[in-house]
Amino acid sequence: MKLTKTLLATTALTVAAGTAVTAQDMANSMTIVSWGGAYQASQDNAYVQPYLAANPGVSATWDESSAEAVAKLRAMNEAGNITWDLVDVVASDSMRLCDEGLAMEIDHDEMLAAAPDGTSASDDFGDLIVSDCFIPQIVYSTTFGYRTDMVPAGTEPPSTVCDVFDLAKYPGKRSLQKRPIDNMEWALYCDGVAKDEIYDVLGTEEGVERALAKLGTIKDQVVWWSAGAETPQLLADGEVFMGSTFNGRLFSAIAEQNQPIAMLWDMQSFDLDGWIVPAGLPADRLARVMDFLKFATDTQRLADQAAYISYGPARTSSAPLVGKHADLGIDMAPHMPTDPANAGNVHIYDYEWWADNRDDLDAKFQSWLAQ
Amino acid sequence: MSDSTHTGPMLAADGTPLKRSLRRALRAQKMRALALIAPLLIFVLLTFIAPIVDMLFRSVENQIVGNTLPMTVEELRDWDAADTPDEQVFRALFFDLFLAAEAKEHTKLGSRLNYEESGISSLFRTSGRDMSDIGEVFQDALEEIDPAFEEAATWVEMMSGGAGAEPNERLMSNQIARMEALEATTFSGDAEFVPGAAISDILPNTARAYAAFAAFTQFVDGKSVTKEEPWEAVYAALALDLEDPATKTALATYSGPAAESLRAAAAAQLPPIAMRDAFIESNKDWAKVNFWETIKTYSPPYTTGYFLNAVDMEKTPQGIALRSEDERIYGILFQRTMFMSLMITFSCVALGYPVAWILANLPSRTANLLMILVLLPFWTSLLVRTSAWKVMLQQQGVINDVLVWLGLVADENRLVMINNQFGTIVAMTHILLPFMILPMYSVMQTIPPTYLRAAKSLGANNWTAFWRVYFPQSVPGIGAGSILVFILAIGYYITPEIVGGTTGTFISNRIAYHISSSLNWGLAAALGTILLAVVLILYWAYDKIVGIDNVKLG
Amino acid sequence: MNGFTLTPVETKPLSFALPVIGAAGAFVGLFVGTAHGSGLMGIAVGAVALMVLGYIALAVFGLGQEKITRWGVIALFIVAGVLLAGVPGFVLGLLFGLFFSWFIFWIGEGRYRANLAPYLTSGQVLWHYTFRVICGAIFVFLITPILVVMPLSFNAQNFFTFTPEMLRFDPAGYSLKHYKDFFTSNEWQQALRNSLMIAPAATLLSVSFGTLAAIGLSSEHVPFRRAIMAILISPMIVPLIISAAGMYFFYSRIGLQGTYFGVVLAHAALGIPFVIITVTATLVGFDRSLTRAAANMGADPVTTFFRVQMPLILPGVISGGLFAFITSFDEVVVVLFVGSANQQTLPWEMFTGLREQISPTILAVATILVVISIALLSTLEYLRRRSERLRGMSPG
Repeated sequence: MKLTKTLLATTALTVAAGTAVTAQDMANSMTIVSWGGAYQASQDNAYVQPYLAANPGVSATWDESSAEAVAKLRAMNEAGNITWDLVDVVASDSMRLCDEGLAMEIDHDEMLAAAPDGTSASDDFGDLIVSDCFIPQIVYSTTFGYRTDMVPAGTEPPSTVCDVFDLAKYPGKRSLQKRPIDNMEWALYCDGVAKDEIYDVLGTEEGVERALAKLGTIKDQVVWWSAGAETPQLLADGEVFMGSTFNGRLFSAIAEQNQPIAMLWDMQSFDLDGWIVPAGLPADRLARVMDFLKFATDTQRLADQAAYISYGPARTSSAPLVGKHADLGIDMAPHMPTDPANAGNVHIYDYEWWADNRDDLDAKFQSWLAQ
Repeated sequence: MSDSTHTGPMLAADGTPLKRSLRRALRAQKMRALALIAPLLIFVLLTFIAPIVDMLFRSVENQIVGNTLPMTVEELRDWDAADTPDEQVFRALFFDLFLAAEAKEHTKLGSRLNYEESGISSLFRTSGRDMSDIGEVFQDALEEIDPAFEEAATWVEMMSGGAGAEPNERLMSNQIARMEALEATTFSGDAEFVPGAAISDILPNTARAYAAFAAFTQFVDGKSVTKEEPWEAVYAALALDLEDPATKTALATYSGPAAESLRAAAAAQLPPIAMRDAFIESNKDWAKVNFWETIKTYSPPYTTGYFLNAVDMEKTPQGIALRSEDERIYGILFQRTMFMSLMITFSCVALGYPVAWILANLPSRTANLLMILVLLPFWTSLLVRTSAWKVMLQQQGVINDVLVWLGLVADENRLVMINNQFGTIVAMTHILLPFMILPMYSVMQTIPPTYLRAAKSLGANNWTAFWRVYFPQSVPGIGAGSILVFILAIGYYITPEIVGGTTGTFISNRIAYHISSSLNWGLAAALGTILLAVVLILYWAYDKIVGIDNVKLG
Repeated sequence: MNGFTLTPVETKPLSFALPVIGAAGAFVGLFVGTAHGSGLMGIAVGAVALMVLGYIALAVFGLGQEKITRWGVIALFIVAGVLLAGVPGFVLGLLFGLFFSWFIFWIGEGRYRANLAPYLTSGQVLWHYTFRVICGAIFVFLITPILVVMPLSFNAQNFFTFTPEMLRFDPAGYSLKHYKDFFTSNEWQQALRNSLMIAPAATLLSVSFGTLAAIGLSSEHVPFRRAIMAILISPMIVPLIISAAGMYFFYSRIGLQGTYFGVVLAHAALGIPFVIITVTATLVGFDRSLTRAAANMGADPVTTFFRVQMPLILPGVISGGLFAFITSFDEVVVVLFVGSANQQTLPWEMFTGLREQISPTILAVATILVVISIALLSTLEYLRRRSERLRGMSPG
């Protein structure tokens, strides 16, 4: 008797839980925020189009505002009017959004699909879940590319990141991102600081001066970029000999546009990109987004994305499924930043450290640039 | 009027005195003019002026410190900045920070203070997480003494003083107001819970902490206080109250709800309260005097800090001082913005004057055709023109290619014309040139060509005729064009961003950076206010010298 | 302009014409020469070649066979160009040929004096043409950037670069794919639609409010005229980034951020100064007695406005409207802040295009817009001339 009651109650609960997420209660449109360009196209191809095909009547709008995501979410929150449903941000922004309560906390195991072999989502993503609000998507890296036809005759092509600072061996302009992050670390590394001491050194006044002095040796040969598309353009023009940018951009210039450019994987700076759900969404929109997320972040979908762009899928279980490029038919695995051949010497940038020192170092860096 | 013998004031047709009638007509005319202007004026005030004022207000606004740490700020008032503050301050900080962490406001404060002193951001972030742990010690101890302390219902009854007890409305409304300030919203509806007056007297800290908890649970979380177990901070507050011997004596005669449990807790040995040590253990930076100085310096609701920062100064314990040399940037940027805007204005005058002259002196058929050449760039997207200059000016660009092809420049010595001030000045001169030509043209059109001929026939040579006769008459055009170009140039940021490199960027680029990247909106607003003040002074000078009515566009 | 001559044209002596033509030849020769190794050689060869050419054209063939001579000169230059530099040489040769075939006769026959007053000294004539060359150079400065990007829109690659194939005029270096991209891509088409929905609405708002206010402001008895004027002009003088950020925060708070209406309001505010300035400028010359006359004859204010005032200030209103339209159509900073995904305009699309993936599609769009605006401006000019002709005014 008691048992049947319990059973009945459980069934009722399951039914109730089941009906809670039927299509009727879900909003029919989503606004997804991303970076635009080839990256957004890869997300559209791998996640959104298949989802829309499986859910007729649902529509998705892209907003290319990820670069201003934190600022805009903060203002939306101030105004109490959240117009975005899902936002693609880099890891450091996700931490900032989570800290400020602008992003929703995610129970990864509850809300996301497990790996095909049954590994829970949180184990599958592993350490890449850098904040409670963050659903990792890809691992990308900021690394260098160089013009193969501009390597001086009789010289080996560049092989280490320190060749960036070697103007005697490799004359020509370089392009670097107009921010202290990564550049300061590379400068210290090439000034002889051991990899695991970089942040200790950078934390001191002398360390900052040392990094800036090292950067100063190439300052008049540097073109500073702020948008990801700039370095590939500068390389294609032959305007710079080598430059840092996101590895996917370089892949596209090399493989899709056939430019005489090669990758330099040494000391590539790993970073993550992923989804956050803005806090305070109405129930129907939230239900739709969570339904989409469960689909879009499963093992197969993450591997699918790699067919369009050379960023490593964030799930461990996706790695073996990475196939060939959708149009070119080349194997994508060797172009991933996470490929063992490329990840021999990597730089893992310290989010916490930068969250603290960013304002200060940025002021110093900008004032150094302006002088 | 009909009476010719009338000697009073002159009357209008309807018999009212003419003076009054005229005045009324004038007033009607004024009213009509104002009525015509009013819709637009209201429109501009609402859609434009209000947003700007609102924006600029952020440059002095600093309520966040006072709203997030009200009690700490209060306690810090008498702190002499000689040593790490005492236990009292840390106790206040514990309750403030606990609430802020629940509301997820503590990291905002951390980011705010991090603009002034590096490292505060992580201090607040890491310690925010530890607040529950610090309070949990007291929760465990109290619950061990009497399991009733685990029950949400016990707490509600105990703190409200039971049915019919005299309520302490003021305490509750204070806490609600504090929550509203913290969350920057207003709550509607009545409070579900009100602390009792008697218990508030005996347990002031507990009552305050519980009222805060109740307000938060009801209005922010949207849950019922009768079902939620209080925060760890409430237990800590109770421990704090019980530490006071006066509480023990007061409790001895107290007969409200849960009086027995309270007496039991008062009699028991609770863990010692050492918030200072607990905080320093959580993060050793809490012992740093300079962090506390920063908190104290920036505790008033309005600050000049952003403006000081905008002119490369900072507040130090010794007063206001210049920033260290490696952090000064805005002075350079303001100078550079001024210098480049002036250069752009001069080159626009130099290039625009001949063109305006020839347009004004050619037959109108030809002039109109040439006018298309002037207007065409004007109609082409700013972004495209800027990209075009990039294609033209870069080292592998069109101009360098042509120069190298012509042999004027060696291939390995290609000119550097972009990512510096030269690039910005060239591209912006091109972009703003139509704004110079159009007003000049409209002024020059009105100068009769006969003047010049008359001067020459009176014996002036070409130069004298131009310089003494024509040029003075064209000055208003130059003035109008210059001010327009200068004002537009000073606020540009997209073009300098793309072609300016590091030395060719404007102050606006920095404003844009602070708005969308560093999120230091206060500093952005302060920089913007200074920029706007410069522009307004120029505008005022311009209005005095030329008159705004004399600007003509086409 | 060409219908009459101020000064009778007379053939110049060869002793004047040949050195001038030779000097021009030397100038061109300098560049061609340095491009091929020796500048001095170029000067000498250019000067001699052009003097010979000028002699043959002016003295041997003369005026009678001007047409044939001109074609001959052009053909010679093209051949020389192709021999020296292949296909690009063809283009350059054609241009130089066209120039010199005209220049030789212009100098030799003294045509340069035709449109100038007869009493000018030769120094003044020289200055006259030098000045025109300077102005010409400034016009080139104005227009070159636009001309340069046009060919890039046919680039077969996804970069803003003149590829070697393009410079060789190899058809493989060119493609229409960026145009195809513009016409087939949903985002670009949506952006075009958004731009065409936002700009006219914003223009309408600023023109209607602005014209009314300008009329009000032109009355002599407006209190606080200066202050009001300053407020109305302010959207033009406040740096855009400040306006954008301010509107962003403020519109967010009142729920206008990210709405079509919000973007229209913001753009209307930005366009207002242009309408105010142009319309008040037209009203300065407006004769107030006309409205009084109309009122005297029994017209009510509304009729007076539409039948008397409006037609007279219409040019000012139209040009203000055009400025307002362009302001909205080309505006990127404010729309980036105030707009959202559903209000992405063409400049927005271009901006993200430049930031995320440099693609000549942007240039294709720009080329299309430039062609449309040339067509529009020419049509306006044509209509203006026609109406002048119809009204019996001489077209200058």
